[in-house]
Amino acid sequence: MVDIYGYERPDGKVGVRNHLLVLAPADCSFEPARQVAAPVEGAVAITQFYGCAEDPMVINALAGAAKNPNVAGVLLFGLGCESLSNDILLRLLESTGKPIESLIIQKEGGTISAIEKGVRILQGMALKISKLKSRPFPVSKLTLAVECGGSDATSGLAANPAVGRAADMLIDNGGTVIISEPQEMIGAQHILARRAINDEVAREVFKIIEQQEKRLLEMGVDSRFISKGNLDGGLTTLEEKSLGAIHKGGTRPIQGVLRNDHQFFDHPTGPGLWLQDGTGWDVPSVTHMAAAGAQVACFTSGRGSTTGHAIVPVIKITGNPKTYNNLRDNIDINAGTILDGSESLESVAERIYQSIIHTASGEKTKAEALGFKDFAVFKRDVTAERLLGYC
Amino acid sequence: MKAIQIETKDNVATITNDGAPLHEVVVFNSQGEIILNTESEEGISFGHKIAIKPIERGEMILKYGEVIGVASAFIAVGSWVHTHNVESGRLPVNHRR
Repeated sequence: MVDIYGYERPDGKVGVRNHLLVLAPADCSFEPARQVAAPVEGAVAITQFYGCAEDPMVINALAGAAKNPNVAGVLLFGLGCESLSNDILLRLLESTGKPIESLIIQKEGGTISAIEKGVRILQGMALKISKLKSRPFPVSKLTLAVECGGSDATSGLAANPAVGRAADMLIDNGGTVIISEPQEMIGAQHILARRAINDEVAREVFKIIEQQEKRLLEMGVDSRFISKGNLDGGLTTLEEKSLGAIHKGGTRPIQGVLRNDHQFFDHPTGPGLWLQDGTGWDVPSVTHMAAAGAQVACFTSGRGSTTGHAIVPVIKITGNPKTYNNLRDNIDINAGTILDGSESLESVAERIYQSIIHTASGEKTKAEALGFKDFAVFKRDVTAERLLGYC
Repeated sequence: MKAIQIETKDNVATITNDGAPLHEVVVFNSQGEIILNTESEEGISFGHKIAIKPIERGEMILKYGEVIGVASAFIAVGSWVHTHNVESGRLPVNHRR
């Protein structure tokens, strides 16, 4: 059995990175928060841009990001008058047992003294975590997020099936996989529901995908539409189009739906494949899967997305050989070898699986080596959700 | 032409090489093994599907190991599989609001 090399946290979870998080609960303290993080090795500042109201989806995403085992320590860095306060987040994070400190700009006499104090606190944390030694853990400790963005005709042909095989391999070794983006599952809900472990999960699968379809319809978007471009590209039915995207999650049974709404935020309760009720936007989609516990992400892109993530290393995979050659600085794995027959799908899947293991053991992705720390939170509009009867 | 069968139960494979369509088709499975050498009457473009088993009218079209539609006519091995001989199981092909 192949092992990963990670860091055990006080709550028993295994991190594959040692990030120090400077968390600004709202954007009003984000600029100084960035200055706190800037001089300290391994530190990253995050925030959200939806104001400081106590929105449950925003709180769950921020708290979830901070709870993620890839985060070794947290400095909450607030202004002081936010409704979404440091104290709210502090209460949610205490159970992790990881080092957490809290600073309020309005109590420290302005940003200069708050930044100075913040840097000292972070430097102390950095020295402390540098003593942590990585040790081997079974791959069953790993939760993988699968994502796609900037898809093209090669995504459903090469990159997604190869990532799906790697996802199956991880699950067969006791690991966990999260797939999100219900928007891309419209038209294939009956197929996914058949893979649910029981009727209740099947009903949940139908529910989140059909709710998403309804949201789009109310926006004036009929997502059941197969475009002329889709047809010209060889896609015959809506099921086929959606399956091309879904296949990145592999073929194993769906253990459950992870709710991600104004009432609930679920985490996987066991190994296997889980379906999150998330967004189709790439960066926040990865954020919410990380908040549910994913430590590594596989991201397929035919056109060539370049994003990384503040919390999880993101392995970029393309099925398009031209994109790989064009964006070698950004794409980790070329799955385009499947297209010319020079490499089997199985062989590419094995390379992706090995990359997951190596990345989870500390090897940097190209986005990490370039210092990309993308972060964004997603929330749904409460008014629209109420009108639709969803909350 | 080259084509790949993604899951072993699939009765269609997808053409993977860009460029001018030829009539000889080599079909690989996911292990990279050649499972079929066939001739195609029509040229089939990149990303489009070719039948690798005879498919009766009313039979399910399988890709990714899943049902992507139902055959609306008999489809011989080597034939192009698209909207002219497949119906969606869920919505009419070319569905418009």
